Amino acid sequence: MALKELPRAAASAGRTTAGRRSSRTGRTARRDDAMFVGPAVLLFGGILGAGFILGLWYSLVEWNGVNREMTFIGLENYATLLSDDRMRGSAWFTARFALVTTVLSNLMGLGLALLVTQPAPFQRLYRAMFFLPNVIGGILLGFIFRFVFSTAFDSLGELTGVGLFQLPWLGTPATGFWGTVIVFMWRSSGYLMAIYVAAIVSVDEDLYEAARVDGANWLQSTRRITLPLIMPAVTVGVFLMLSISSKLFDVIFALTNGGPYGSTEAFALNIYNEAFIYNNLGLASAKAVVFFVAVGVLTLVQVRFTQRREVER
Amino acid sequence: MTGTTLAPTPRLSRRNRRRAASIGLSAGIAALAIFWMSPMYLVFVNSMKDFGEILRNAAALPERFMSDNYEVAWELADFATALVNSLFVTVLAVGGLVIIGAMAAWRMARRPHRWHKVLFSLFVVAMVVPFQTLMIPTVQLSTWLGVVNTRSGLVLLYLSFGMPLTVFFLHGFVQSSVPREIEEAARIDGASSWQTFRLVVLPLMRPMIATVSILHAFWIWNDFLLPLLVLFDPARRTIPLAIFSFFGVHSDQWDLATAALVMGMVPIVVFFLVFQRFIIRGVAAGSLKG
Repeated sequence: MALKELPRAAASAGRTTAGRRSSRTGRTARRDDAMFVGPAVLLFGGILGAGFILGLWYSLVEWNGVNREMTFIGLENYATLLSDDRMRGSAWFTARFALVTTVLSNLMGLGLALLVTQPAPFQRLYRAMFFLPNVIGGILLGFIFRFVFSTAFDSLGELTGVGLFQLPWLGTPATGFWGTVIVFMWRSSGYLMAIYVAAIVSVDEDLYEAARVDGANWLQSTRRITLPLIMPAVTVGVFLMLSISSKLFDVIFALTNGGPYGSTEAFALNIYNEAFIYNNLGLASAKAVVFFVAVGVLTLVQVRFTQRREVER
Repeated sequence: MTGTTLAPTPRLSRRNRRRAASIGLSAGIAALAIFWMSPMYLVFVNSMKDFGEILRNAAALPERFMSDNYEVAWELADFATALVNSLFVTVLAVGGLVIIGAMAAWRMARRPHRWHKVLFSLFVVAMVVPFQTLMIPTVQLSTWLGVVNTRSGLVLLYLSFGMPLTVFFLHGFVQSSVPREIEEAARIDGASSWQTFRLVVLPLMRPMIATVSILHAFWIWNDFLLPLLVLFDPARRTIPLAIFSFFGVHSDQWDLATAALVMGMVPIVVFFLVFQRFIIRGVAAGSLKG
């Protein structure tokens, strides 16, 4: 799988001279280790590493962040979480949102990829257009659609009388959910398209030629050749989207800020609010640990799934 | 699409039918692409209208193309400052990440002893940790290190948060595509480790450094939560922060707000259009790796 630009991968890997002794002393080797790896270790350990351990500790204390006092309360924060309805609601929203966007944006991305790999003019331009929303920051995207869904749709609804424009898009929990899904799809479909395009163009052209000779039409060769051969990319796309959409923060922060009535409060936003709006930093840290575990489990499932696939092939 | 509605009569030759299908396909893609860009269109045209005109018809082209929305929004958001801050942070952080990351990746790939393997596993685990898990400690650590509310402090934080991914990618690249023989030749010619790295290895790593730089540049340029947590001074805001605070005050003045949105989008969109092909390929490759 890895990177297609690296065809020499296998070749040079076999030629490594790992066990070979260098004539230089161990001291120079250690000096070089420190010089080359040291800065990365310091930066990584000093903030990410230390932060992770500190976060575990914070999850065991009661702390309002305003004064310096922290009280050690053991696992009490975790016990509190069990009865936190707001958090349960946001976990439920996040799960639904991740599932729906993963399915829809992958379908959309695949559809776009199939379209822009057909022989037609301006395909490079179209690829760029579909990909474009992906390079814009989440905050800007959220605000763009706050404008589109509110003022722009109001104006269009009044002019055309089309019901779709007149819906209170960010005003009710149901439309809020779908509004968020639409924005997220707009952003991620182009990204998935790029992944699928890369997979589709690497399919051997001879296979299509052979199918054409046998009288297969476009639909048949897509179903029997393209789709089976890009399944590894589908696996990547699905897990990538699950991971990205379950961590969603920026877009929602700008678009709905969790509203209406907390119905779009993603898990990441729930942690943020607990920490910096309600100032329960201990409790928020416990949620952060739970979040890490959930995302970690998802990743482990992905790794196992991918490994099993690779054994099968 | 049009191909099916044209209902091919027997007289329509096979070639004509294919031509019709191909025209239909082209028209379909074009229509979808235009629809895809419609949110951009709405923001763009309305940024040149006054508020009343937006309410009258948000889809229409502006009555006159000149507008002072941009001038006003530029001043109110202090956009010039934000642009400089974003450039400063992104350039320094991406540059630092790839240089420090390349050093570590090369050394770790070439001398894979136990500690390097432990470190590498830690990097892999760290790539999974969501930002929210590290958010509260990061604020605390930045306070202790005295880097809160400074742009270079923000750069330092990015150097830490971006390091695992950088090393992961470059490590794999060194193993697969940097031939050891050239390094050994340099060594025999008397080059020091640093000279070997700087003059031989680093140039060979360029393709992957470019991919990683692009991934990081988009992330850091667009990142919002980290700067929100550690930068308070309006004079130090990056673009996402400037737009966010602008909306905090002027969120209902859509004539100004759409202009601010366009200003916020232009730099990154231009960057994307210039390096378009390279970026789409790099991003796809990056995701396949991760």
